[in-house]
Amino acid sequence: MILSLAYAAVWFSFLSGLLALLIRQHHSVIKLLHYCCRKQPAWQQHLDNWLAQAVYPQRIQQLSFILMGVAGVFAISAGVSGLMSQTIITDQLSLGLPWLPWHVRFDSLSALFYLIIGIAILAVSCYGPGYVKDNNEQDHPFAILGLFSGLFISGMFLVLLADDAFFFMIAWELMSVASYFLVAFQHENSANRRAAFIYLIMAEVGAIAIILAFGVLASFSEGGTFTFDALRNAPLSTTWASVAFVLALIGFGMKAGLVPLHVWLPEAHPVAPSHISALMSGVMLKVAVYGLIRFSFDLLGDIHWQWGVALMILGAISALGGILYAMMQPNLKRLLAYSSVENIGIIFMVLGLSMIFLAKGHSNLAALAFVAALFHAFNHALFKNLLFLGAGIIQHQVHSLNIDDMGGLIKRMPHTSKLFLIACMSISSLPLFNGFVSEWLAFQAALQVGVLDNAVLRSLIPVMAAALALTAALAAACFVKLFGVMFLGLPRSRQAEKAEEIQDKGMLASLSLLAGLCFLFGIFPGLMINLLENVAVQTLGYGLPNSTAAGWLWLAPVSMQQASYAAPIVLILALIAGGISFHYLRRDPAVKLRQSDTWDCGFGGLTPRMQYTSSAFTMPFRRIFSGVWRIDEKIDKKAGAMPLQVTDIHYQLHVEDHSWSKIYQPIERSVNRIARLVSRMQTGNIRVYLSYSFFTLIFLLWVVS
Amino acid sequence: MNILLAILQTLLFISLAPLLAGWIKCCKCYLQNRKAPSPLQPYRDLLKLTHKQPVVSKDASWLFVIAPYIIFSATALAVTVIPLIAVDLPTAASADVIVLVGFLAFARFFLVLAGLDVGTAFGGMGASREMTISSMAEPAMLMAIFTITMTASTTNLSFAIEHIMQEGLVLRPSFIFALLALILVAVAETGRIPVDNPATHLELTMIHEAMILEYSGRHLALIEWASQLKLMLYGVLIANIFFPWGMAETLTLSALGYGLLAIMGKLGILAVLLAVSETLFAKMRLFRVQEFLSFAYLLGLLGMLSHIILEASR
Repeated sequence: MILSLAYAAVWFSFLSGLLALLIRQHHSVIKLLHYCCRKQPAWQQHLDNWLAQAVYPQRIQQLSFILMGVAGVFAISAGVSGLMSQTIITDQLSLGLPWLPWHVRFDSLSALFYLIIGIAILAVSCYGPGYVKDNNEQDHPFAILGLFSGLFISGMFLVLLADDAFFFMIAWELMSVASYFLVAFQHENSANRRAAFIYLIMAEVGAIAIILAFGVLASFSEGGTFTFDALRNAPLSTTWASVAFVLALIGFGMKAGLVPLHVWLPEAHPVAPSHISALMSGVMLKVAVYGLIRFSFDLLGDIHWQWGVALMILGAISALGGILYAMMQPNLKRLLAYSSVENIGIIFMVLGLSMIFLAKGHSNLAALAFVAALFHAFNHALFKNLLFLGAGIIQHQVHSLNIDDMGGLIKRMPHTSKLFLIACMSISSLPLFNGFVSEWLAFQAALQVGVLDNAVLRSLIPVMAAALALTAALAAACFVKLFGVMFLGLPRSRQAEKAEEIQDKGMLASLSLLAGLCFLFGIFPGLMINLLENVAVQTLGYGLPNSTAAGWLWLAPVSMQQASYAAPIVLILALIAGGISFHYLRRDPAVKLRQSDTWDCGFGGLTPRMQYTSSAFTMPFRRIFSGVWRIDEKIDKKAGAMPLQVTDIHYQLHVEDHSWSKIYQPIERSVNRIARLVSRMQTGNIRVYLSYSFFTLIFLLWVVS
Repeated sequence: MNILLAILQTLLFISLAPLLAGWIKCCKCYLQNRKAPSPLQPYRDLLKLTHKQPVVSKDASWLFVIAPYIIFSATALAVTVIPLIAVDLPTAASADVIVLVGFLAFARFFLVLAGLDVGTAFGGMGASREMTISSMAEPAMLMAIFTITMTASTTNLSFAIEHIMQEGLVLRPSFIFALLALILVAVAETGRIPVDNPATHLELTMIHEAMILEYSGRHLALIEWASQLKLMLYGVLIANIFFPWGMAETLTLSALGYGLLAIMGKLGILAVLLAVSETLFAKMRLFRVQEFLSFAYLLGLLGMLSHIILEASR
């Protein structure tokens, strides 16, 4: 039953892709439908009206997104029922290699990620029709967008279902390659083609690492088979297990965007259409997290604490690096992409903590950290989707992604701005919202470090907790800046001045759905945490130290004595406090608000250009953390007739990621150098080539004999 | 009974906060050879502001108007979870000390947004600086607090203070580091000299005041009150965590009265110390603040490490 729901999700997302292909086939579709209902002429009439030439493309787009939404509903129901029932369902498909049919397995871990994808694509399916409506069919055919979206989503679902390495890799590649076409969708800009190419290269290098990791496991498994069951039972020495882990970390880390393997992410995510960036950033990165969890916790099984330390340190670097880079980006979607790097870093950090506890035998604490990591993955999917979809609306209305072109949108786009504010508050991990809860759980896990007997670990983990605290504080700064510069103040450009609220109900509905979930799981995190505990029980074999004792109102993962958080009570207290102060101060009608000019210390003559821009806002950070970026800052002053009188000033700022110049450019240079060396062999002279083949033949004969 | 006490304690906290601010001003004036206003002056100021008509810029949005209420409520919520005169506080269970830091972040989030809302250069300047300082102060504060929570092995403030009281007077190196870190953070977060000067206006050095320049009337009153609350909150945190003696452990009237006197005495002494330090030191350059705060962070970290290495019972 649950498995058929899961299959239905795959089928419907696949169908939604296929349906998109029909967008240019108006004539044949009508003919086919007429043939189908040739008995009922009345139906034919209805069909003709409903699918008239003018509205036909729009109908197909809507239908395609409806199918995607249906897939989402199926995925959510499969996910929730899989999480609640805690069963493991296995199946075999008669596809694949002759000796290796595709193995399918649906357990709580898959179910959780099914749920994440389901919510995301449900939101996207509400959002999509409005977003692609004004699409230019000539330049950007919907057939391509729809087809590859469908393939991309079904690829992600299949990754979660796969139970053998072969099927896993096919699904993984389906996901990667389909998303390549989506990144390259707006291919008329050379920057987009470059981004897509970088993405493809890195995705494939990562895939090679994953294949090698599976290969290491398979070479030790019984009979060298690739089913996950065989890989689970493979007896590995510590060294080989570590080799496999490192390879998997490279492969999945490249997909997840771990620093320094993240460089494709800020290039690829901004150039895809917004609902696709939402899926890539909010969901596809989570599939990579799923891959790592499946590989290390499930397949390798025997965790070593050194892996946890590696994961923690890499995660901390990603989290801090990601948010610091995000802060400097003027492009909204690039900023969001870097912030995904940060959040993935947090997830990996907490997973590392879980590994350390697990390896040291503190299984309940490991489960606590594990639940915190999964909950953060879930939360990040919610608010990052919300932010990317919001960014799409803003791009649609303001025709720009540069946050310094915006400003004052809170008055022009009241609904979008409120929903965006909720996303910003969630991602800044403020209490009452979901981002806070997962961070709180992570801190609670880190504070239990006293149980470890290794002194190095006991001092390392608090340092990591400090890094997490710094990350959270910087994220708040980054998103305060983002919201302030984009929505508050005066409009900074003509487009921002003319921007209007989006009219499409579906787009706002999808944002409201996600924002509502952010708030719901912020107030009642227990709903989700109970489900996540099932995942921990099934994957690690252990649950939270204290999950049920305190009841639904309280969140007390260790014990009531040690830590507790009751968001509903906090909400009620907040409403009381706000209500009293509001009521008390508003009761005197004589002191109503008076609207007037901005005071500004009486200077007057305020123009939008005098506001703080995003680069001005982050200037103190740039100065304090100056080693983190490659900063190229130039100020040109032109002096006027009088000395000291400045007529105009030019300010130039270019901030770049270190990893390009330190890692990728040397790699690129050496690849080019090798290519040049190799190209010397290619003289273009037929005699030289013939002699190559001759000597090769001689060499082979010598080897054979 | 406990709930009643929690309500009473919160009200007491909120009503005493202006008195503390007034007392600090008195001490400063005395130290600087000026004629001091009455310690009750902040109450009069607040009362005056609530009766004035608020003027709101026509460029301001709804966020500007509701921000003071949010800032005040978030700070008031933070206050409800800190034991003031008695240790057994039921509300401390609904939000532990990490949530307390979250409440302060919540208030700051809206304060900064309000500063950016009107679109003046001053507002943006204050907002940028506030976020810079707080993003370095918050981790330092968490480090100091984690030291304490790990010692007491609870993040519930009420239980933590109870634990410290029961242990009696033990000299812990980690607590000395944590105390110093928390003092530095408190100075930075409440905008006192040498990080910010609460008495200045119309200077390019201001931080907190720059964000609230556009506020007037009851809005200003709420924000001022919230910042007085925050000052007292840090004072009570320092006083009650590191010197919890005198707090009521039983709910008798005499114990509670004694607890009230004790906390007032402790805060009074802290206020004198603050006034002395504000008189002795000059305000720092903005880009010295990060050194100040990374020192606090380092102290917090040292406190935590010394707890783990020296004190944790193995």
